[in-house]
Amino acid sequence: MATMTSAITATSDTPARWQDYLQLLKPRVMSLVVFTGATGLVCAQAPIHPLLGAVAILCIAVGAGASGALNMWYDADIDAQMRRTRGRPVPAGRIKGAEALSMGLILSLLSVMFMGVAVSWLAAGLLAFTIFFYAVVYTMWLKRWTAQNIVIGGLAGALPPVIGWAAAAGEVPLNAWLLCAIIFMWTPAHFWALALYSSEDYEKAGVPMMPVVAGAASTRRQIFIYSLLFVPICLMPAFTGLGGVGYLSVAASGGLIFLVLAWRVMRSRAGDSADPRLDGRLYDVRAGAKDARNLFAFSILYLTLIFATLLVEAVMGLPAFLNLMPGAA
Amino acid sequence: MSEPDAPQDVPAKPPSNPPQQDPIFKARRGRNIAIALGLITFAILVFLVTVVRLGANVLDRPL
Repeated sequence: MATMTSAITATSDTPARWQDYLQLLKPRVMSLVVFTGATGLVCAQAPIHPLLGAVAILCIAVGAGASGALNMWYDADIDAQMRRTRGRPVPAGRIKGAEALSMGLILSLLSVMFMGVAVSWLAAGLLAFTIFFYAVVYTMWLKRWTAQNIVIGGLAGALPPVIGWAAAAGEVPLNAWLLCAIIFMWTPAHFWALALYSSEDYEKAGVPMMPVVAGAASTRRQIFIYSLLFVPICLMPAFTGLGGVGYLSVAASGGLIFLVLAWRVMRSRAGDSADPRLDGRLYDVRAGAKDARNLFAFSILYLTLIFATLLVEAVMGLPAFLNLMPGAA
Repeated sequence: MSEPDAPQDVPAKPPSNPPQQDPIFKARRGRNIAIALGLITFAILVFLVTVVRLGANVLDRPL
């Protein structure tokens, strides 16, 4: 505990640079959110002034960054104990926790208010809910309490396309929620694959990730079950008037690869044994963990590909493959 | 009884870094520039959004 406290309260000799404040906003998460939010906005096929569309995306990005800052403020004790996160500005002592908190709160308010005034109050409400869900429900409650943390908490990461859709169309039809469902169902397989080869870090920090609580074998089984549910959902946009032939091809072929990789993870020994000699080399492959790493990497590629295909088809105005639910769009 | 120390030349204090090279100064300057750019961008955005939202309605108001 003393180590934990000193890690959080320590101050670095290096003064905080603007890059440290940028790091508080988790720029890589922001880029993913911008991408999925923009896909929702474009797929809505609703007339919106380009400037207002850009403002909507900016607000989503800043809102995501704000919740990232709030997360780094609250989780500094956990971050200080994990190799992957101990270099973050708050646990490294470059930025005080109070600064991260105030930055998160101010940017949250600013992004929600600007979204409401400039674009749409429905989108602003959804953005406010997303920030609240990530910073309070996930970070302060679920993450330290249940092994289902990333399953339920995944909703926060899944909502940006719905916000984008609401910003453009002023409503959120079934297809918007379908995009949300795709990311929501993608999250468990993605994060548990990562957790399989970094579970000691979570265990040391006291975070009840699935491999820590239920064991590696159960996690590998659950990854495969979630993958079986995830892939059919990825195909659905092709039948609800959202995705075209290209989308169906990408989603089906990628989905098949996804299932094969998830099957391999289930059959592997990923997460069973940890080799302490590899301490400090988080992303090195331990015996049996190669399959988990492959699934982790491919999950990112697959999600990127299906959203990119939807985006391209919407921009080019390509026809949908089939629309079995005329009211979905 | 010892002899008093002979006066010695006081070594000249090494010149401190000019403020522009001080890491704290450089970091603060970087942060200030970032905040300034952010505020300017925000002000411009608010202005442009106002123009877009008002649109042609400006011409419809009673004179």
